[in-house]
Amino acid sequence: MKEELFVSGRNIPNIDPYLNIWHWQIPLYLFLGGLAAGILFFAGFYTVRGKANQMPATVKLAPILAPIALVLGLFALFLDLKHKLFFWQLYTTIRLESPMGWGSWTLMIITPLSFIWVASYMKELIPGWNWKFNILERFEALVIKYRVALAWVMMIYAIILGVYTGILLSAFNARPLWNTSILGPLFLVSGFSTGLATIIWISKDAKERKKLSRIDLVFIFVELFLIVHLFMGFKAGSQTAIEAANLFLGGPFTVSFWVFVVILGLVFPAVLETLELWGYHVPKWLPPVMILIGGLMFRFIIVEAGQITRYLY
Amino acid sequence: MRYAMAIDTNKCVGCGDCVVACQTENNVPHGYCRDWIVESVDGTYPSLSLEFRSERCNHCDNSPCVRCCPTGASHIEEGGIVTVTHNKCIGCGACIESCPYDARYSHPDGYVDKCTFCLHRVQKGQKPACVEVCPTKCLHFGDLDDPNSDVSLAIKDRKWKVLAPEAGTDPQLYFLT
Repeated sequence: MKEELFVSGRNIPNIDPYLNIWHWQIPLYLFLGGLAAGILFFAGFYTVRGKANQMPATVKLAPILAPIALVLGLFALFLDLKHKLFFWQLYTTIRLESPMGWGSWTLMIITPLSFIWVASYMKELIPGWNWKFNILERFEALVIKYRVALAWVMMIYAIILGVYTGILLSAFNARPLWNTSILGPLFLVSGFSTGLATIIWISKDAKERKKLSRIDLVFIFVELFLIVHLFMGFKAGSQTAIEAANLFLGGPFTVSFWVFVVILGLVFPAVLETLELWGYHVPKWLPPVMILIGGLMFRFIIVEAGQITRYLY
Repeated sequence: MRYAMAIDTNKCVGCGDCVVACQTENNVPHGYCRDWIVESVDGTYPSLSLEFRSERCNHCDNSPCVRCCPTGASHIEEGGIVTVTHNKCIGCGACIESCPYDARYSHPDGYVDKCTFCLHRVQKGQKPACVEVCPTKCLHFGDLDDPNSDVSLAIKDRKWKVLAPEAGTDPQLYFLT
């Protein structure tokens, strides 16, 4: 048996007895970032494939939520900073080794892109919309002309943003639960799935919803597959990794993770979406709401649990 | 130049003088500390072993806190000492998450704070406050590149360990066992 005590009475706020420096702001941002990434990716994807008119909700309507989600996410990140007035220091340096540095620059690029994308569809969404200034009208014409190019850039940045939400955590060697390369793809897939769920919720076109539901099912399946792999990897890993996995396999996060994230957030909506595809009547809002709540819970649980895990010495 | 510290766990009695000296010297806010003492008891009665460790930032050679800092506030000073520039730190907490030793904390004024090996004293040729006050002389500080420095002599003929070497941070606190 080994017992370790702080005999000098260490009890630093948010560090002891276990680390809890990141509160609700970070998981909320990770959720909103993934959601925006999902929406923007599919808007770009169907534009590149020339299906903007068959997929109106995906390409034109849902992207309105992306800049809103990004701005709210950025605000949450701002609230997380303890030295708030110095936030601009992020943009006076380029730190290639810092995932957070990459993330802040990615957000700096994709947020304006999402605004431009939405602006270019304003006239189609709101008849009689006018930009009042000639220069804005000309800018809009330019964006519409190069929309496919913009869609490509947006898709690439959406993938970077989606993966980044996972890499932000997985780059921390000191937190064994996060320190796995599966976290990047897992957060990407989960983010895209929440984005798809939102579009499905918004869309009024049965054909469009059917198409998106099929893709969402693939994403949910891949996500479940990655979650199984995550725990397989941990269980086959070092003692720190095994203890990280045990938080979810009998430990304090077992019920919240398997019931709310996996069963209610992934398996159940997948079953409902399948039933809907088979022609059964399922309330339109139910599967998307479950996926969104599951995605949010997933990020809260991973951020909280990850901070508990640590090296043993 | 490579500053490092050796901690003689056989001599340390866990009195806490190093902790108080640091808090006084560096004006550490109440309720916080840059160094601390761990009492580690191993085994089953009656065959127990006891180890006291005065711990602080390991001033790692491969420091994850410096790598993950998005603004460059966390940086490495001459001699490998890891410090934080207060007015560059945005308090994002990334370095706190990245430290396997939980050696950093968020200062009530917003920036992240940690052990500096008393850089302000070292630059004047003095020893860090904790080393200076240790009543059992169990702390040894100096330049590892200098074979005659306190720390080099302390680890020369002794068995030592570093904490969590598997974290890959190349820590520079040597615990003499």
